[in-house]
Amino acid sequence: MTELINRILPTVQKPARYVGGEYNEIIKDLSQVRVRVAFCFPDTYEIGMSNVGMRILYGVMNEMDGVWCERVFAPWSDMEEAMRVNQLPLWTLESHDSVKDFDMVAFTIGYEMCYTNILNMLNLAGIPLRSKDRTGLKNIVFAGGVCAFNPEPLADFIDFFCIGEGEEITPEVIDLYDRAKAENWEKEAFLNEVAKIPGVYVPSMYTHSYREDGTLLEIIPLQGAPKTVTKRIVENLDAAYYPTKMIVPSTEIVHDRANLEVFRGCIRGCRFCQAGFSCRPVRKKSADVLYRQAVETLTDSGHNEITLSSLSTSDYRELKELTDRLLPYCSENRINLSVPSLRADNFSRELMQKLQTLRKSGLTFAPEAGTQRLRDVINKNLTEDEILDTCANAFEGGWNNVKLYFMLGLPTETDEDVLGIAELVHKVINTWKNCATNKKRGLRIHVSTSYFVPKPHTPFQWERQIPPEEYLRRCKLLKCHFYSKSVEYNYHEPDLSRLEAVMARGDRRLGRVIEQAVIRGARLDGWDEHFSYQAWLDAFSFCGIDPDFYTVRGYDEGEVLPWDTIDVGVTKQFLLSERNHAYLGTVTPDCRHSCSGCGVSKLLQEVACDA
Amino acid sequence: MRRLLFKKTGRAVWISHLDLMRLFQRAFKRAGLPLKHTQGFNPRPSVSIALPLSVGVASECELLDFELVDASLTCNDIMQRLNLVLVDGVKVISAYDNGMKIGELATLRCIITMEYDKKVPDRCVEKICALFDGESVIVPKKTKSGIQDQNIIPMIHAMSITAVNDYEIKIDTVISCQNPSLNPMQIPLAIEQYLPEFKPSFSHCCRIEIFDKNNNVFR
Repeated sequence: MTELINRILPTVQKPARYVGGEYNEIIKDLSQVRVRVAFCFPDTYEIGMSNVGMRILYGVMNEMDGVWCERVFAPWSDMEEAMRVNQLPLWTLESHDSVKDFDMVAFTIGYEMCYTNILNMLNLAGIPLRSKDRTGLKNIVFAGGVCAFNPEPLADFIDFFCIGEGEEITPEVIDLYDRAKAENWEKEAFLNEVAKIPGVYVPSMYTHSYREDGTLLEIIPLQGAPKTVTKRIVENLDAAYYPTKMIVPSTEIVHDRANLEVFRGCIRGCRFCQAGFSCRPVRKKSADVLYRQAVETLTDSGHNEITLSSLSTSDYRELKELTDRLLPYCSENRINLSVPSLRADNFSRELMQKLQTLRKSGLTFAPEAGTQRLRDVINKNLTEDEILDTCANAFEGGWNNVKLYFMLGLPTETDEDVLGIAELVHKVINTWKNCATNKKRGLRIHVSTSYFVPKPHTPFQWERQIPPEEYLRRCKLLKCHFYSKSVEYNYHEPDLSRLEAVMARGDRRLGRVIEQAVIRGARLDGWDEHFSYQAWLDAFSFCGIDPDFYTVRGYDEGEVLPWDTIDVGVTKQFLLSERNHAYLGTVTPDCRHSCSGCGVSKLLQEVACDA
Repeated sequence: MRRLLFKKTGRAVWISHLDLMRLFQRAFKRAGLPLKHTQGFNPRPSVSIALPLSVGVASECELLDFELVDASLTCNDIMQRLNLVLVDGVKVISAYDNGMKIGELATLRCIITMEYDKKVPDRCVEKICALFDGESVIVPKKTKSGIQDQNIIPMIHAMSITAVNDYEIKIDTVISCQNPSLNPMQIPLAIEQYLPEFKPSFSHCCRIEIFDKNNNVFR
């Protein structure tokens, strides 16, 4: 008789994403395995397999002797329904064993709006959601990723968090688990011990108390837990583990290509950007190492595209050396080299010309704000001239397609700034009229605005989010100032960004809200077709929690912040001074120009910050 | 144009036709066998798979046509190098320097297994045989322009039905696979429609062999 899973697969969309068996999947002999880790990505296979962090840590864990790390992704709704109807618990792709049978369950969390997926996946696995309901060493649930920089909304569910980069800390916690399992420790003993590993945050070892107005009164560490947990980083990226034998999915994924991370950190300091502050300091990889890894990865995987990724690839010092070596290799082997997030400087323009010989990609800018004044406030040092010069070049070269991304609701924003977007777009149209060599196909300008979400560990972490109605008013104001048929304007609906803002700066009280939202059917919130705002609103009102407390209220500078326990290396004084600069409209030069003293260098012992 | 005969079984049955093309393109690259590319604005590697296989259907007889930049490699060499880098369930059985024209492909033999979790009902084999001995069995077929009724009997060239055990029956059949083509999974669908009492709990299918119009094995 055909197995249940194989009977379900013909009835769901894209069944290949549920079966594993891809090239380079790692299978181990169970008799040699002491610790089994179910590594969960709280979104679909196509999204999760595109995540470089997950690929690195999959490799890191499976390099360990006696450890087998297997992958788990969130099922799409049709599969979830079939699983529930047939009482089929969540399984891993490698062994197809039930997640419930695993020693450790790890989550990598990169987006606030996947919190419901985490709970839903635990539920589908048949694992109790709350940490306190899971006794014993089996099913220790831990998590990492950028959302761990404010772990509080998930504090009730996750046993411990790994803060920062995972290459070194992950083997340390698994080694400890290995010992704990061999010696048959109690869960509490393990948590007490794991909390001593630098970068580990055990939420149950802290009590949070609140004032009558709802703000945090204090955070008290228990049992000698550290007052703050400092994020971990890898200092020498050249020597760090990098998997050149990566799983090659048998079905199409979102980023279906090889991916090479050229450096970590960012020199720019855009004041709204969480990654820009929390991923500091800047650490580079050498062009030699990168070239070797690129060739190894491509040879092994057979991909026909490779992307050079980082927060701002133009700022990679050896970009010229690297691309000069990679371009001939890629054209000889019919491989597309894609270099996203280039800035509009001269070298990048030349590089764009060279890349064009392989394949023509679009032109995308993220000025984020419509006026120079507001761009100075947010420290986005992209000038109108730079945008228009690059557009002029591109139009002369035959491009007819521009995408422009903005945010609405940035601190100090006025209607003048909103209309500045329309003016900037108008200037792009005029540039095209003056410069385009091929006008037959017409010009397409895609303008997109998103709803500003203040994030922890940024200079804007105290800011209020404008109310959704006000955001929509600004969208409509902008919309009626686009007159050209060339412009296609899309604005994000505010609902999701409002919830994102709640979760981003949320505290422990939100655990119940997330749980209630899941009970009301919230899952796959990042997918339009599944997002149910009502489920969330009902959950908030059931729990007696007002989302506005976390959004339009704004946080006081003297307030205890839920994420105060987490130290990303950048000091609070620095964030405050950046906030003051924002209100004065003064720009902070990029870190390469001059060090602004953010404090993150204290994390470095072996190397200096390479800004 | 060179040709591969490969099988697609096990977990690989869930890989779609388009994904399988991509999978082979990457496998050729991994094997150090650069493919020739088509000319034109968007050069594509020259691989094509003869009869697209539905997701979920297994096969012992898939054909893939390709052209290598280096024409000097032997078929045996190509096969061995590919098999080292393919995924579980996809395996090259043999490679050929050239082959028959795809247009001459006419029929395919497949085995449909029908599972009855509560035992095969009485007279099931007999009734199903009788159904397909008739002149017409009309089954709705999804086409680009909507759903059309289709008589599948003229497309069934041979059929033998046997009970494998108390829980399974096996339909071994030869059907048209080109101009017109019959999706073999229409057969259990027809049974479900005409003989609802013999509806299986689950059915699956495997392609066994392909033939030209003179019933010669097609390669």
